[in-house]
Amino acid sequence: MIPTGPAADGPLTDDGLVQLLTPAGERVPHPEYDAWVADLDPDRLRAMYRDMVLTRRFDVEATALQRQGELALFAQSLGQEAAQVGSGHALRPQDHVFPSYREHGVAQARGLEMTQLLRLFRGVDHGGWDPAERNFHLFTLVIGSHTLHATGYAMGVQRDGLVGTGDPERDAAVVTYFGDGATAQGDVSEALVFASVNRAPVVLFCQNNQFAISEPTTRQATVPIAHRAPGFGIPAVRVDGNDVLATYAVTRQALERARSGGGPTFVEAFTYRMGAHTTSDDPTRYRTSEQEEHWRRRDPIERVRAYLDGVGELPEVFQAQLASEADAFGEHLRTAVRGMGRPSGPSMFEHVYATPHAVVDAERAWFEQYEQSFVDHEGHQSGGHR
Amino acid sequence: MTVTSDRTSDRTTDRTTDLPPAPAPAPFPTGTQRLPMAKALNLGMRRALANDPRALLMGEDIGRLGGVFRVTDGLFAEFGEDRVVDTPLAESGIVGTAIGLALRGYRPVCEIQFDGFVFPAFDQITTQLAKMHYRSQGRLTLPVVIRIPFGGGIGAVEHHSESPEALFAHTAGLRVVSPSTPADAFTMIQQAIASPDPVIFLEPKGRYWEKGDVDLDAPLPAPHGGTSDLDHARVVRPGTDVTVVAYGPTVATALKAADAAAAEGTSLEVVDLRTISPLDTATVAESVRRTGRCVVVHEAPVLYGTGAEVAARITEECFYHLQAPVLRVGGFHTPYPVAKLEHDYLPSLDRLLDAVDRTLAF
Repeated sequence: MIPTGPAADGPLTDDGLVQLLTPAGERVPHPEYDAWVADLDPDRLRAMYRDMVLTRRFDVEATALQRQGELALFAQSLGQEAAQVGSGHALRPQDHVFPSYREHGVAQARGLEMTQLLRLFRGVDHGGWDPAERNFHLFTLVIGSHTLHATGYAMGVQRDGLVGTGDPERDAAVVTYFGDGATAQGDVSEALVFASVNRAPVVLFCQNNQFAISEPTTRQATVPIAHRAPGFGIPAVRVDGNDVLATYAVTRQALERARSGGGPTFVEAFTYRMGAHTTSDDPTRYRTSEQEEHWRRRDPIERVRAYLDGVGELPEVFQAQLASEADAFGEHLRTAVRGMGRPSGPSMFEHVYATPHAVVDAERAWFEQYEQSFVDHEGHQSGGHR
Repeated sequence: MTVTSDRTSDRTTDRTTDLPPAPAPAPFPTGTQRLPMAKALNLGMRRALANDPRALLMGEDIGRLGGVFRVTDGLFAEFGEDRVVDTPLAESGIVGTAIGLALRGYRPVCEIQFDGFVFPAFDQITTQLAKMHYRSQGRLTLPVVIRIPFGGGIGAVEHHSESPEALFAHTAGLRVVSPSTPADAFTMIQQAIASPDPVIFLEPKGRYWEKGDVDLDAPLPAPHGGTSDLDHARVVRPGTDVTVVAYGPTVATALKAADAAAAEGTSLEVVDLRTISPLDTATVAESVRRTGRCVVVHEAPVLYGTGAEVAARITEECFYHLQAPVLRVGGFHTPYPVAKLEHDYLPSLDRLLDAVDRTLAF
């Protein structure tokens, strides 16, 4: 019989989570997923650790810049670095990412110039990077909408004959990131339907960070989020999202299934949003400091640091280099953000359409002559709206 | 822990594969043919699919069935299930995955089965499709066509007779067009597919079976640029006394009104707007400067409708040429009524002539 009604342990259970590193950083064996990390050498592990540290620094710097009035808003990925960097490192260059708006760790793993992410939060454009450069699509702010774009994109990859050829340089997969709250959106359910019936090469990667702004996952679901997917015909896996090794392993397996023609996989990375929803949020109104402290002791960066240290793969010289790299990165971010100037007024009329549109052209012409009317005959601005 | 799924419905168990094969497609017709609009649209899409391997159709029941109006009849058999895609019954999913396919370089043409069913996709259309070119600073283009059979007069049940054009025209980033004849339908659907912009393509379903001459050999004008593109209105009947602005299903009504008015000695000039976004104000204004009077007619409610926009722009541009205020004829501020009352709701020949009389009485 198909079970009905709420699960006894609810959506916040840690039941069945794939884990390769304990919170103390001890490596524990796993019969299925050990094979997916067997070829990870210490250099690669340190590269993941480095990306997590730099992502954390990105969060800290951007939050400070918002407090200084340099950014209008910022959404931290604090606490989710293992889920993002681990899954990001499982990608191949030809794979495609459709992020939500908090995937700074994935961007870092993809090698994006990170200052570009801050243009959106500075308010100088709506997404300042070329998605084709790192196969990293623009952020999507409307919750869950992009899971359909990812699925459609994967249907295109399928039609291009880039699935199941057996050539590891050719076969491609798509991964889309979203949160626990997004799974309540109809678009995510529709994405599961389209992905399933088309056997689309897409990995639906849910970071269950336990909050949709103030609402806990228990307001979105009565069962573990991953349990939804099998009803759509999509295999699902729950993973400890604060364990970078485990996240890497399950994502790598899911991507390989997609690339080889095995269809979609749903990954639920169980983690915790250590920061606020955004810089406008106040988590003290809806959660306890005890809970925050509990998860601070499960910090994903500390976990992999302890592991690397324990196996003697974190030499002091590496640590020192990383610390100074992070400082330079911080300085780079601060300088770049402060240098992002106001775009010109008429630029708002650019790229509304790919081809000329009479109404936009007329409004732009009017706006330009209106702005010009504030310039006196010697070329100075004369009052007006400035 | 891996939660496994019972995958029981792969293609080998798809019972539809037991169906007999469809007959081979007839050769593409040539010359000038007298065709209903539905067939003209069908041939326009057939040509686009044949000429552009990146074009594909997607929607509910458009494959084996050929669409509930049979507009895609035969295309599934000719182009296969990967290019004429029977989608799940989910409009947001159709448009959302079409966006993804467009990002991958495809040119999806989505069929929304009826006007009233577009709203589950409204978010994807207005929030995602319309804005992605802008958000990406022109790096991404979204050549997606959304075909919507629209308008009433067919005795349908609720949600099957609506005219939502103003809702889309109000959103920057979308083009909104509507053909009124089979010839325009044949050309404009191909132009819409060729356009790099998202196009809301409104098909006057009440006119699907009205026939007109279609020149199937004429070269296809560019989608944008020149006066035969998607962006221009057209004077379809010259006249001197009153300009009547119509589009889609009301063009035929306006032409009948012009015949009736001519019998009474009044000369109506009929402008087929063809495009609602962009609005070709220049063509309408040129006409109104000659006639001094203007009536706009559409099936959509007049409140905040296309007619309100035309009236405001004509008032701004032709103020000293106007002999009377611009009048509007259209639907009322009610939900689309029951079928037995729709002919009282829709702008009829008589209601249009009544507005013509009122504008002449000023």
